Amino acid sequence: MLQVDATGENNLARIIVITSGKGGVGKTTTSAALAMGLALRGHRTVVIDFDVGLRNLDLIMGCERRVVYDFINVINEEANLNQALIRDKRCKDLYILPASQTRDKAALSMDGVGKVLEELGRDFDYIVCDSPAGIEHGATMAMYYADDAIVVTNPEVSSVRDSDRMLGILASKSRRAEHNLEPIREFLLLTRYSPERVKKGEMLSVEDVQEILSLDLLGVIPESTAVLDASNKGIPVILSTDSSAGQAYQDMVTRYLGDRVPHRFLEVEKKSLFGRLFGG
Amino acid sequence: MGLLDFFRQKPQQSASIAKERLQILVAHERAERNSPSYLPKLKEDLLQVISKYVTVDKSAIQMRLENDGNNEILELNIMLPEK
Repeated sequence: MLQVDATGENNLARIIVITSGKGGVGKTTTSAALAMGLALRGHRTVVIDFDVGLRNLDLIMGCERRVVYDFINVINEEANLNQALIRDKRCKDLYILPASQTRDKAALSMDGVGKVLEELGRDFDYIVCDSPAGIEHGATMAMYYADDAIVVTNPEVSSVRDSDRMLGILASKSRRAEHNLEPIREFLLLTRYSPERVKKGEMLSVEDVQEILSLDLLGVIPESTAVLDASNKGIPVILSTDSSAGQAYQDMVTRYLGDRVPHRFLEVEKKSLFGRLFGG
Repeated sequence: MGLLDFFRQKPQQSASIAKERLQILVAHERAERNSPSYLPKLKEDLLQVISKYVTVDKSAIQMRLENDGNNEILELNIMLPEK
């Protein structure tokens, strides 16, 4: 069920960057979830780790022992894409391109990255770029060629500020900005959301963050023990279908693909009488 | 709401403090981001010219660029020292 996307560039892959500025907000978790979600719906998807020197996507995807060649090897033509791409064992339409653990991040040249993305674009429907934290070279390379950006934000002051900073960079230092093309589509993904704390006035609400950043809301991922559990096991959390975080990520993918579904897990869950009695 | 709650002064909730701080900060940073790059230099030059006549501090000059549809308005505020 290959979907022709709205831009009419149906022979090219859509490039999505997962970015945030701040570290530890859930970029890699989100990259893994989005890539798996798209692939499970039949879209040929590749997810690329741009965090040279600190690769972690392989661990989150559970393929760390299958890494032979990496992104930099491909850029330097020491290996071809077929040798470096790792096919996911759970989903035939999903591939992972790991980052180099040893090289200098300067090895991510703009031309080199562009060439690899172009080659991938012939084979894939979606290319998910997992950006490193910060606004250094790796992060700017991850976003440069993007068509869409998902800005992962925690409901917390420093994360919101950094997200706004990233929006500025997306609007000025990308291929689309430099060539006066249609701007990158930007989406907000709020993660680690705790309705209980929002209700008590201890945490910024979805509405607060949206009001400050004025971005389209792609999803709200509730704080969930399933996220750590999934990363422990190397299974993208979107596969934890009975967890709230897994379901919220499924909704995110649905929305990304253009279907409007209501946001869930925004309100405090009412405990059943049974739950209240037994503290469940 | 209990009687005790009624008498207890409710402190401002921290989320609303966060929101206020962020709104101010983000507006400020966006304005800076979208302003032309010559603005700081212009400010320096203006300060020099004004200093010829009165002694003013750098912090006494406030510059704001506002976008009003088709027009851009440069608003300049100079606080002169009290005589």
